[in-house]
Amino acid sequence: MNLMSLTAVELGKKIKAGEVTAVDAAKAALEQIKKLDGEYNCYVTVDEEAALREAEEVQKRIDAGELTGPLAGVPVAVKDNMCTEGTLTTCSSKILYNFRPTYTAEAVLNLKKAGAVVIGKTNMDEFAMGSTTETSHFGPTKNPWNPEHVPGGSSGGSCAAVAAEECAFALGSDTGGSIRQPSSFCGVTGIKPTYGTVSRYGLIAYGSSLDQIGPVCKDVTDCATVLEAIASYDPKDSTSVKRESYDFTSALVDNVKGLRIGIPRDYLGEGLDPEVREHILAAAKTLEEKGAVIEEFDLSLVEYAIPAYYVIASAEASSNLARFDGVKYGYRTQEYTGLHNMYKKSRSEGFGPEVKRRIMLGSFVLSSGYYDAYYLKALRTKALIKQAFDRAFAKYDVILGPAAPTTAPKLGESLSDPIKMYLGDIYTISVNLAGLPGISVPCGTDKNGLPIGLQLIGDCFQEHNIIRAAYAYEQTRAYERCAAAKAQD
Amino acid sequence: MSKQYETVIGLEVHVELATKTKIFCSCSTEFGGAPNSHTCPVCTGMPGSLPVLNRQVVEYAAAVGLATNCTITQNCKFDRKNYFYPDNPQNYQISQLYYPICRNGYVEVDTPAGPKKIGIHEIHMEEDAGKLIHDEWEDCSLVDFNRSGVPLIEIVSEPDMRNADEVIAYLEKLRLIIQYLGASDCKLQEGSMRADVNLSVREAGSDKLGTRTEMKNLNSFKAIAHAIEGERERQIELLEMGRPVIQETRRWDDNKEASHAMRSKEDAQDYRYFPEPDLVPIIISDEWLAAIRARQPELRTEKLIRYKKDFDIPDYDAQIITSAKKMADIFEATTAICGKPKKVSNWLMVETMRLMKEHDMEADDLTFSPENLAKLIELAEAGTVNSSVAKEVFEKIFLEDIDPDKYVEEHGLKTVNDEGALRSTVEQVIADNPQSVEDYRNGKEKALGFLVGQTMKAMKGKANPGMVNQILKELL
Amino acid sequence: MANIISDETIEYVGILAKLELSSEEKEQAKKDMGNMLDYIDMLNQLDTEGVEPMSHVFPVHNVFREDVVTNGDGHEKTLANAPARKEDAFKVPKTVE
Repeated sequence: MNLMSLTAVELGKKIKAGEVTAVDAAKAALEQIKKLDGEYNCYVTVDEEAALREAEEVQKRIDAGELTGPLAGVPVAVKDNMCTEGTLTTCSSKILYNFRPTYTAEAVLNLKKAGAVVIGKTNMDEFAMGSTTETSHFGPTKNPWNPEHVPGGSSGGSCAAVAAEECAFALGSDTGGSIRQPSSFCGVTGIKPTYGTVSRYGLIAYGSSLDQIGPVCKDVTDCATVLEAIASYDPKDSTSVKRESYDFTSALVDNVKGLRIGIPRDYLGEGLDPEVREHILAAAKTLEEKGAVIEEFDLSLVEYAIPAYYVIASAEASSNLARFDGVKYGYRTQEYTGLHNMYKKSRSEGFGPEVKRRIMLGSFVLSSGYYDAYYLKALRTKALIKQAFDRAFAKYDVILGPAAPTTAPKLGESLSDPIKMYLGDIYTISVNLAGLPGISVPCGTDKNGLPIGLQLIGDCFQEHNIIRAAYAYEQTRAYERCAAAKAQD
Repeated sequence: MSKQYETVIGLEVHVELATKTKIFCSCSTEFGGAPNSHTCPVCTGMPGSLPVLNRQVVEYAAAVGLATNCTITQNCKFDRKNYFYPDNPQNYQISQLYYPICRNGYVEVDTPAGPKKIGIHEIHMEEDAGKLIHDEWEDCSLVDFNRSGVPLIEIVSEPDMRNADEVIAYLEKLRLIIQYLGASDCKLQEGSMRADVNLSVREAGSDKLGTRTEMKNLNSFKAIAHAIEGERERQIELLEMGRPVIQETRRWDDNKEASHAMRSKEDAQDYRYFPEPDLVPIIISDEWLAAIRARQPELRTEKLIRYKKDFDIPDYDAQIITSAKKMADIFEATTAICGKPKKVSNWLMVETMRLMKEHDMEADDLTFSPENLAKLIELAEAGTVNSSVAKEVFEKIFLEDIDPDKYVEEHGLKTVNDEGALRSTVEQVIADNPQSVEDYRNGKEKALGFLVGQTMKAMKGKANPGMVNQILKELL
Repeated sequence: MANIISDETIEYVGILAKLELSSEEKEQAKKDMGNMLDYIDMLNQLDTEGVEPMSHVFPVHNVFREDVVTNGDGHEKTLANAPARKEDAFKVPKTVE
């Protein structure tokens, strides 16, 4: 049988039962990568030897009864902005082309503790800046549903790798929609947890106040299981929140009776592809039939989220990315005269156009004379957006809408008009500004056979509500595999 | 006719806090160490690393604020200050701009015109930078991040000072307060206290401030005094020539006794401060503040009163002893052991001061232990050693912190109280010095002193002087 | 287009951000930044009078470490990725103040 067609939890059960070993699973993933990754380019780095070695170690610990969890021995792909000790971590940027961290990100450590086997590092938009995975220094990732289309971004490599079954599950990061939007485009399930739930220690920052690591999986059960493994209070991350509970799998119940779900009218208006709209409303109908109480309402301020986001994220990025200067690690230009020339040449040669665009914008909005007009204005807008969500969550348990206004665009269509590309994040961005949890679950395909994602948003720390709703919805339809994956059976 | 000018000076004083670890990571702050040995991902700006604030930094900063009459900002935050420099690993410094921990304080200094209040605008917490070393062999510089992330407070004064004497009085006052708090050792030479001087001049009587410059790299009170004088003259000269003073940062060169402008066009001084997203706000509750206040050690003024009351030592002595925390600590610890405050005070006021002067030392450089001084006082009090031997032994204690009991024993320095031995030595001295004996008998009291001296000399200084006197008188 | 970004602004921001742009890149940056700022100006339609700027979403505060040394000698790891190293220090172009 094709091990890679299984969900992470299914595969974990087989390993636990002794039907297959962690090494079998790792080999199956590596085999699939060999067959498919030449076409899709989901990975930046695959260290076959290290992965097999780790799988052997894990199997020993499984045999010894030390590892008993649901993810023991299961192969995982990690987005290339999470530090992995000794393994290249590039953020898909030339400026980190040779960077081997000396420590491992806390979220990845948590996965390793659970016995998951890291297979490789996935491609992404450079420093997570982009919505298509086309800004990668290592070339674009292609959508396994149709390689003429982008997988979305910035966690495009992780989402495509899950869809193409080149791993059992993956980690992504989400600053403005970077897990949910590519999950939607690739027909997989991804969660952006409440800010502070998963440690950011070892995640190479883009927008520190918005970044959050989350799972990308085939289904909701996997997502809840993985989130349970990676979420932790981490004293090394001051923004880490001590939650009352880190149990997410208990929300996997097929029951939405009485669950109050609001659909923002602002999410269904202009700019939304009619086919996407149709599928979203159909999904809402399904949930209503299962007993949820569905209501449309006005969320307000939706259009202000994007400009506020780009001010805040770019400002933080301009500062976060200042450390890449050719002194301590990464790329240093070959020829230079003096310090400042070395800085400028290393950075100008090391960063791609989209990263430079955001660093320039971020530096400008913080510069003398503009801070109040742009940066503080954006922080005030953020406060208002948070208030709008607070009002909504006083009435609803879950907010339902699309993850993205369209299905995956074709390669090369998006980058020419940055603002148009930014508008693609309109439904996901405000969730990051308000620190809320959000999930994207597949809800069908469009006439071109491209997946559509349903987004469910919860109030902060209320992952249970969105997991429950997503799980109940998922029970009404089978997981749809892309043709490329099916062809490997 | 030349105009009269007034100098207006404000100070930015950086003080390294005496914490064991850095401000945002658990690396040691210990001085020295091989390059980059006290580093980790956090203090070297590794991608993905995050800062976590050292609680003790907040405590020290608030303690200094309370001792300098500041209002403590009970909801304070960190900001990022963005600038590129190789000693700054993240190319931003975590500091405080918008909500510094302390504001609106003052210290009172003594000036020839009487006491004067120097206002403190704010005190903020921040991280220190690493060290850039200029390579002697190659045309390059080397970066060592051992100091990167060492906690600092920056104390920003109001432009309330008018001359170098006031500046130095202010710095000495700050140093004393901070040393008393144990928040820093405040050594200018070693850089644990650094003062940047903001200076402008204006025509006497004007109430408008002139354009100021900021002077850096001042490593001693002497350098500060010279830099103030030099910069005052430079600015006046410019103004006299009708040229403007440019607002800039200048670097003092102690060898050349001159300063030069520091920044190039590549350093637009636009720090793009914004709230540090990786750190959360600090809320200092009333309870916490009260606890810090309660833990506040006794400061100098309180000590002066207590010394007079409890120990009955002269005002002048108390002033000298409390002028350095280290000295006061030695005084109190020694007194606690031997219970003889006046004797302890004498040793500190006379012999300790003399030796410090001789060896060009400051109170902070003192290394002898109160236990050994206390033992010496006991030996002298019991008459086990005489006063000249005691001085000799003290010098050993001062320099090497030897145990006086052992030392006296091993070197046979105990006072000789054996009457037989003394008597025979005195007889010999009388026989050898007939002239002095005659002089004494003719009423020259001074001659007795000479004979006592000769006896002491013969006994290698160890004779009990009282007994020598008595025996001499008897035999003469 | 309300925001006309001048050559000087691009030059200045380039100095702040330590980016050296080619002349084509500068032209593109002028256009992009102008467009983006026009778009961002949409925020001015929003009345934020009296709204406190929100930098942290959650009321988490007072996260501290105790003052205990737990890190040992880190120099090998610190220097492991250095593009240029001399003995135990990072090597950079000569920098004088």
